[in-house]
Amino acid sequence: MAAPKKAAASTPQAKTDGGSPPEFTREQELKALRDMLLIRRFEEKAGQLYGMGAIGGFCHLYIGQEAVVVGMQMALKEGDQVITGYRDHGHMLATGMDANGVMAELTGRRGGYSKGKGGSMHMFSKEKHFYGGHGIVGAQVSLGTGLAFANHYRGNGNVSVTYFGDGAANQGQVYESFNMAELWKLPVIYVIENNRYAMGTSVSRASAQQDFSKRGVSFNIPGKQVDGMDVRAVKAAGEEAAAWCRAGKGPYILEMQTYRYRGHSMSDPAKYRTREEVEKVRHDQDPIEQVRNRLLAAKVSEQDLKAIDAEVRDIVNASADFAQHDPEPDVAELWTDVYR
Amino acid sequence: MPIQVLMPALSPTMEKGNLAKWLKKEGETIKSGDVIAEIETDKATMEVEATDEGTLGKILIPEGTADVAVNTPIATILADGESAADLAKAPAPAAKAVESAPPAAAKAEAPAPKAAPAPQAVAEPDPEVPAGTEMVTQTIREALRDAMAEEMRRDADVFVMGEEVAEYQGAYKVTQGLLQEFGAKRVIDTPITEHGFAGVGVGAAMTGLRPIVEFMTFNFAMQAIDQIINSAAKTLYMSGGQMGCSIVFRGPNGAAARVAAQHSQDYSAWYSHIPGLKVVAPYSAADAKGLLKAAIRDPNPVIFLENEVLYGHTGEVPKLDDFIIPIGKARIVRAGSHVTIISWSNGMTYALKAADELAKDGIEAEVIDLRTLRPMDTETIVNSVKKTGRAVTVEEGWAQSGVGAEIAARIMENAFDYLDAPVARVSGKDVPMPYASNLEKLALPSAAEVVEAAKAVCYR
Repeated sequence: MAAPKKAAASTPQAKTDGGSPPEFTREQELKALRDMLLIRRFEEKAGQLYGMGAIGGFCHLYIGQEAVVVGMQMALKEGDQVITGYRDHGHMLATGMDANGVMAELTGRRGGYSKGKGGSMHMFSKEKHFYGGHGIVGAQVSLGTGLAFANHYRGNGNVSVTYFGDGAANQGQVYESFNMAELWKLPVIYVIENNRYAMGTSVSRASAQQDFSKRGVSFNIPGKQVDGMDVRAVKAAGEEAAAWCRAGKGPYILEMQTYRYRGHSMSDPAKYRTREEVEKVRHDQDPIEQVRNRLLAAKVSEQDLKAIDAEVRDIVNASADFAQHDPEPDVAELWTDVYR
Repeated sequence: MPIQVLMPALSPTMEKGNLAKWLKKEGETIKSGDVIAEIETDKATMEVEATDEGTLGKILIPEGTADVAVNTPIATILADGESAADLAKAPAPAAKAVESAPPAAAKAEAPAPKAAPAPQAVAEPDPEVPAGTEMVTQTIREALRDAMAEEMRRDADVFVMGEEVAEYQGAYKVTQGLLQEFGAKRVIDTPITEHGFAGVGVGAAMTGLRPIVEFMTFNFAMQAIDQIINSAAKTLYMSGGQMGCSIVFRGPNGAAARVAAQHSQDYSAWYSHIPGLKVVAPYSAADAKGLLKAAIRDPNPVIFLENEVLYGHTGEVPKLDDFIIPIGKARIVRAGSHVTIISWSNGMTYALKAADELAKDGIEAEVIDLRTLRPMDTETIVNSVKKTGRAVTVEEGWAQSGVGAEIAARIMENAFDYLDAPVARVSGKDVPMPYASNLEKLALPSAAEVVEAAKAVCYR
């Protein structure tokens, strides 16, 4: 199989600031591969369970975008918070949340992170500093700014990583938040995951300014476009942004240029883009294949890589098994957790 | 004939103010637009500009005079050709007469209530206040401020944010002095960005801080209602109890005076519809203080509905180190046996006035101040109705899907067999709030309507 070395160059929108990102050590490459594979296999399984009717409602898969959360997570330190919108399974797994708990939430079971009461779009983990999982497009941006406000208030040196998409980037409260974050120098990294489609509307049909790294210009927030298919580029940009925030300089915007392979949700008719477009990105830029090819070129054996595949498949299969056999919530749970 | 300069009002709800300074002397020439004096209230300072030309004939109220009623003549201006001798022709200063007629009501034909009376003497002692407790007289504005200051002293995680809360000392002066005591880190002026700062507050609360988010009025909170409901109210449930949100959203709610439809709306019913929120709407100064302290300590999101018209009203507040009124408990403010009148916030103004009127006709009304709308104290309502057999609800909001409708349903569900008449609702009329003074009065409930409703359910 040909190694798609020219990946970044052929990305239609990628415009990183010159040259390759810093190389990963072998350990970093292996960790990135493993964490991205876990998300991919998990999402594929979630898609299957959805098709079988085990998962209800909405189910937004993260396949194709794995390098963004995995690279960002590698740039963070303990206590940094993560918050995102509704396409959130990858973020949860990247923060180290347990696959069983996430999958069981998707199936609405008592062992889910929200005891089955939140579902795909609404999961949280205080322990892993994951603040959701929000179903209202753009709402997480103000909330994530509030997490940064709390860091600033407490002076704890942590940053809030606030993810949203190219679609949410057009919401009004995003700019209200940008204004306050820069005004008060809040430590927040706004990660705009530009996967080129807000549901079925391409960026060019919805956005007057398509360079999302410039969306903070009128607030004096620095921004950068990043090849979001290259986990190394993501980590490097994340470190730069985090250092900026931790130095008390205020917020930072990272536009992650990425791509979602699957539909917006499981019910996506996929009429707004061609099959060829999707195939081309998959073939040329796949974030996981990039790492796998580098590892093979560095003489890591197929066997070692297969061991990672096997470990990940075991975790995912176990989570699917757990999520289908764990009981539904006790009926008494209907009335709990309204107030505390 | 000499022209009288009257004490102006800074706001529709101002009733009196201090004459701080005269900038013109008797005998000085005055041109239209000249600043002749400065007046001040506890909220603001304003310059008095002459609207007429001539000579300042006589200063009727010396500078430094406190509590000058609005519309009191403060000076006379002599027109060209007039002399001090003409002053005698001017009507004598009739301060007392003017005092009893506030500006808005002065021209009104209907005897609709403008200013609410101070909270009435209570029929039952407040169980929250030990007998013999010293009481201090405070405005509701001061009681709210003290509640916040006390809680901020007690807990470093409590902070207040909103438009004009810090440097300006609060648009309605409720946060007066907080910046000076607690500094800019904990008393935070926000940009005019309700949706955004409500979300910032909720996010901060999710980490365990305890924000007090002030809305300049709840009308503007419409911009933020998504964050209040979808984020603040639902997160505890959606997270399976992991992540809650201890936050207070407070500010003036309901009809203010002469500000028309977009600035005069009662949101009691809107917020009390939502599981996950607590909704508090006090009437008296003591309740304002005790309930706000409880709201700040509550681990849940609390909507704290104040009322602009009531801010300047005074009441007795217990002088206790830690005066807390539990959320969710109504209070019988006046005991009676013939009919139960249920209201809250400024609705109590009409309810209490009506109870006085009804007493003259031999009808003893029991008046319940709900104080909290969610969770609603059904027990107190039902026990009273079991005694009286009749009920009238009073609210400034609209009747459809209103709080009165909810109260009526609960009475029907819990005390149907005790009812001697259908529950009557007195509410705001089913129209956007008009601007014109006469129409505005008609749109709001009145004591007369409460009297009428009470008599109707008593078949009198």
